Amino acid sequence: MIKIEGLHKSYPIGKDSLHVLKGIDLHIKEGEFVSIMGSSGSGKSTLLNIVGLLDVHDEGTYHLNGQLIKNMNEKKAAILRNKFLGFIFQSFNLISYKTAVENVALPLYYKGMARKERLQIALDYLEKVGLKDWANHLPNELSGGQKQRVAIARALVTKPKVVLADEPTGALDSTTTDSVMDLLKDINDEGMTVFVITHEEEVAEQTKRVVRLKDGLIISDEITAVGKAKAV
Amino acid sequence: MKFLFDSDTWQEIYGSIRKNKIRTAITIIGVLWGIFLLVVLLGAARGMENGFNKLFGNFATNSVFVWTQATDTPFKGFQEGRRFSLTMHDIEVLKSEYSDEIKLLAPRNQTSNLIVKDFKSGNFQVSGDYPVLDQIQKKQLLYGRFLNENDILSTAKVTVISEDMYKQLFDKGEIPIGQYVKINSINYKVIGVYKPSNTINFDGDCAYIPFTTFRKVYNTANKVDWMMITANEGTNIEQMESDILLTLKGLHKVHPEDERAFGSVNLGKEIGKVTGFITGMQFLTWFVGIATLIAGVFAIGNILLITVKERTKEIGIRRALGATPKSIRQQIILESVFLTTTAGMLGIIFGSLILFLIDSAASSNEDIPLINPTVNIPIILIAFATLIFLGTLIGLIPAHMATVVKPIEALREE
Repeated sequence: MIKIEGLHKSYPIGKDSLHVLKGIDLHIKEGEFVSIMGSSGSGKSTLLNIVGLLDVHDEGTYHLNGQLIKNMNEKKAAILRNKFLGFIFQSFNLISYKTAVENVALPLYYKGMARKERLQIALDYLEKVGLKDWANHLPNELSGGQKQRVAIARALVTKPKVVLADEPTGALDSTTTDSVMDLLKDINDEGMTVFVITHEEEVAEQTKRVVRLKDGLIISDEITAVGKAKAV
Repeated sequence: MKFLFDSDTWQEIYGSIRKNKIRTAITIIGVLWGIFLLVVLLGAARGMENGFNKLFGNFATNSVFVWTQATDTPFKGFQEGRRFSLTMHDIEVLKSEYSDEIKLLAPRNQTSNLIVKDFKSGNFQVSGDYPVLDQIQKKQLLYGRFLNENDILSTAKVTVISEDMYKQLFDKGEIPIGQYVKINSINYKVIGVYKPSNTINFDGDCAYIPFTTFRKVYNTANKVDWMMITANEGTNIEQMESDILLTLKGLHKVHPEDERAFGSVNLGKEIGKVTGFITGMQFLTWFVGIATLIAGVFAIGNILLITVKERTKEIGIRRALGATPKSIRQQIILESVFLTTTAGMLGIIFGSLILFLIDSAASSNEDIPLINPTVNIPIILIAFATLIFLGTLIGLIPAHMATVVKPIEALREE
């Protein structure tokens, strides 16, 4: 599903450049539940942005769903994001003046789906995350956990191949963290590839594979206890 | 163009406008003010033009008035400062020499006298006139008739009085026709009452009596105080004016270069000055209106730019969810056009409302020189099209700004 070889990325800072990713090789198969661990500055967010087509890499190759990602223009990238990827952010990133159901339906709008149809689908997904009764509430009327569940519904609504989650539990307390992680596990059980970035060990433990990054390089890549249990 | 008719597009725009009520209002006010000013100023200018047109309306605008003053150059043995009068002979000469150019010629003699009716009296202007005066300046008669050729031939002692004279000298409801008033102790039969024109008026409240009667009563012999001349269609009226003056100078032994001996007013020229002023004012109106409009549109562009900056994150989210740069651009441009056109429509509505108020105020008050202040529909449509065009153009800038920022940078913004 995701195949990365020899990936380099550096950001210009003034005259110098900051070398963030220094040759990453990563292969994620369909249906995997992977977490990327690392302290801040390890390059994990940059990696996610490149995987999510929000940013472009400098060197190396990146295949998404068998397609080589190279010289993407914004339009193509936008279409691919809409088609293959679902995003979950730490700060939820819901649009504040849209109700929960409208937020969830937004990716379908960009897909060109009719309003009635997409609101119906969005409502189904809200039901899935247990927020059907909150469909017509604005984000500021929801708790943090509820907002994140709306965001998850939004990420899933297009039936993406890969769900990318950037610190999905970073802004949540431990109880809501668990419910969000349970949701992600359910998604994974349905066969979706889930790609989580986190710096919390408890979160990483619940995924099936942990990749640790340090200073732009992968230092370990192992199957967790959960992953082993599932495999057996 | 399909996206224009997509209800979802408008849902999106409605959403973002609803979210930013205050900035939407402020933005709209900028353009609203511009087009409001344009409409009101153009309407007022048009109203003024109409007002002037009405002012000259019942007067033949191709008229020249001539009278005598004192000479300013010694000539043929006469000293400067000599005073003299026009004569009936002059009138005959002009009529025969300028038969092609002159359409109407009214010699006039005027004085002022006490007019008495029973126990009421008042001091008024008395004017000896030919019936032709009625053709040069139409008299609006409330009762009876104006002077006619018969009155002239028979030197009848008849008079046409003004509405104010009638009110002053007669009892309310009294029928004036056939009654007698005393002018200079001579009885005149009232044959008509006219309402003085409230536009250009040279006579004021004036009792008109036949020219021949005036000559006899006031013993003016051949003398003519002044004359009104109306030119035929297609005559170069300025040329005619100077030709006539030259002829008169010859008749009265006045130096051809004498500037003071004859006084004359060319009504056409005077009106030309006024209409020139109106044209200038209309130009100014357009200039001010369009400049304000452009300022308003720039304000919209400015505000949109700020909101794009404010909405960087939202735009980033949308792009992460699969919005193409094109769809983002379309939305922002459409927002700009929507705001400008809404503002434009409101401006036109308010402007028309003000014009309506001005119109109703002006029609009930004679002092306001505005008549039927309107703006042409084509002008409104052009202004409107310009607004849409400028709105699109100005929307391009924030739309571009919205898409140059990479989604990742937009998302990073907290």
